Amino acid sequence: MSESRVPEEEEGTVLFKVPLPKDLGALRELAPLIIKHHYEIDYIHSYAQDSPFFAGLANKRLLGTRCGNCNYTYATPRAHCMECGGPCDWVDLPQEGQIHTFTVCYYGSEAFLKETPFILALIEFPGVDTLFLTRVVGLDPQASSLDWIGMAVKAKFRRLSTFRPTDVYFVPIGT
Amino acid sequence: MRPVYAVSGGVSKFARARPELDFRGMVKEAYDYALTDLHLTPQRAREIVDGTICSYFSDHFTRQLKAGSMVQDYLGLCPKPGKRIEGGGATGGLAVQSGWEAVASGRFDICVVYGFETMSRVNTWKGNEFIALASDTNFDYPVGGFYSGYYAMMVVRHMKEFGTTVEQMALVSVKNHRNALHNPYAQKRRQITIEDVRRAEMVAWPLTMLDICVMSDGAAALILCSEDGLNTLHKATGHTPLPAKITGVGGGLDAMRMADRPHGEVILLPHEKPEDYRGLNYPGVHSFRAGRTAAKAAYQMAGITNPLEELDFIELHDAYTSSEIQTYEDMGLCRYGEGGKFVESGTPFMPAVDYGYHFPEQGRIPINPSGGLIACGHPVGATGIMQGVFALWQLQGSIHTHFGSDVLQVKNARRGAIHSHAGTGTYVVISILEKGE
Repeated sequence: MSESRVPEEEEGTVLFKVPLPKDLGALRELAPLIIKHHYEIDYIHSYAQDSPFFAGLANKRLLGTRCGNCNYTYATPRAHCMECGGPCDWVDLPQEGQIHTFTVCYYGSEAFLKETPFILALIEFPGVDTLFLTRVVGLDPQASSLDWIGMAVKAKFRRLSTFRPTDVYFVPIGT
Repeated sequence: MRPVYAVSGGVSKFARARPELDFRGMVKEAYDYALTDLHLTPQRAREIVDGTICSYFSDHFTRQLKAGSMVQDYLGLCPKPGKRIEGGGATGGLAVQSGWEAVASGRFDICVVYGFETMSRVNTWKGNEFIALASDTNFDYPVGGFYSGYYAMMVVRHMKEFGTTVEQMALVSVKNHRNALHNPYAQKRRQITIEDVRRAEMVAWPLTMLDICVMSDGAAALILCSEDGLNTLHKATGHTPLPAKITGVGGGLDAMRMADRPHGEVILLPHEKPEDYRGLNYPGVHSFRAGRTAAKAAYQMAGITNPLEELDFIELHDAYTSSEIQTYEDMGLCRYGEGGKFVESGTPFMPAVDYGYHFPEQGRIPINPSGGLIACGHPVGATGIMQGVFALWQLQGSIHTHFGSDVLQVKNARRGAIHSHAGTGTYVVISILEKGE
């Protein structure tokens, strides 16, 4: 559908004064004053018990966790088992798996808008009980189809780590 | 536990932006409407209200911590007790249940549940970023934090598993936008076609702009009371309120990361059998275990054994057309996997509204007669409370009074459900309301 309006922009005008009517009763009719308010902050965030996963990516290893008690294996790691409450051990995940489901994002949060369109997918691994959220690279976003489900994919790692989960991404095997 | 009744409600118009009123002003508008409907003055209300529950989702949108205190003083309800409830998209539904707890326990006889969200304060894509912060910020948000993307992945799996089609999803959008034509509180009121939905801009394949609810400013208020509270209201106003009884409440949670959803057995409702689901990996990412858990508890408490036969309407959390279809299944209106066929049959449409399509079973159980989130808008903290208000009006038979037309009145509505849903199915609550005697 074509848009029939000019896109909104967020730049306002600097305004230092606004006139008041003589009759204060007329202030009920005053249009709302809208100002722009900037907010920015840096957090000091610890990955805490999830840290080994990110250290693994920096070493081209995809680490999950396995419960020492019930053997439940997590593709997205957690230090304690959701099934039995036991402590989990770090284990290497297979670096090859299959697309369990996916989407192509044509829009996104502001932080990711410039990266659109991108393919977001959940990957399943043999012998692993849960899935892993990642980006898939090397497929044509315009050619999305349900046939992508089940496609064999393998992990690739960024050479220079950013210590974010996007240090790993998946590509179809054979590309 | 004491019986709890909803007696009155109000909604402050949901819109893309309401710059003329802040969150306090919008809640005041909804609250005053609810009081007027009870013939209760704010002065008398101040004397007889015992406490409040405040509902808003995001401190990022509000940029005002402890906003509940500011609403309370603006309404003139200080120094009465109250508290703020937060649970993502389900915030409003959770708040209604907190109000129910406060009254059922005997703590309050008259409780005001109010909620709001002011989402216009940032642009749409920043707003999506704020919402995506309600996904795991170590593992999910940085990869592409975008709720429409998460829901798209879930429905893609639903399509693969069960053969659900984009046209079936589009029918939900047709239904909800069309219903909203008769709801003056709704943000988007349109007659559209399946083709319109599919031709709309793609957001996250296969979901288009018309498969997804929009961001809104808005507020809602719902007044709950005990039997003693009903008597107090009668004495204070000289009028007998027309109550709806809350006969069932249920809730459930699931893992924050949808990657962590296990594969096990389906949680069965009374009318289902294990053989209905042989070989189905559940919940996976195609179904909501929290929604099923909430339904099971709410139905059990209300004595419902077959929801399709025993409910007259449902206001459910259709943040996406796909999640409305998934919710039909979680709530046991059809079997898992049959949600697409359920909408295609016309079952969840209004019986007497012309949608431009012919359906074999149109109107058996109207779902989202109000237009739902897709058409009404989704000012998160207000949404679940709005559902409670609309459900009350359906059960009172007072839709005509409040909407200015009878078109959306479900005839002889005796029992309805409201359903609120957060995250990728991480918090879900369902409450059952019944026409008072």
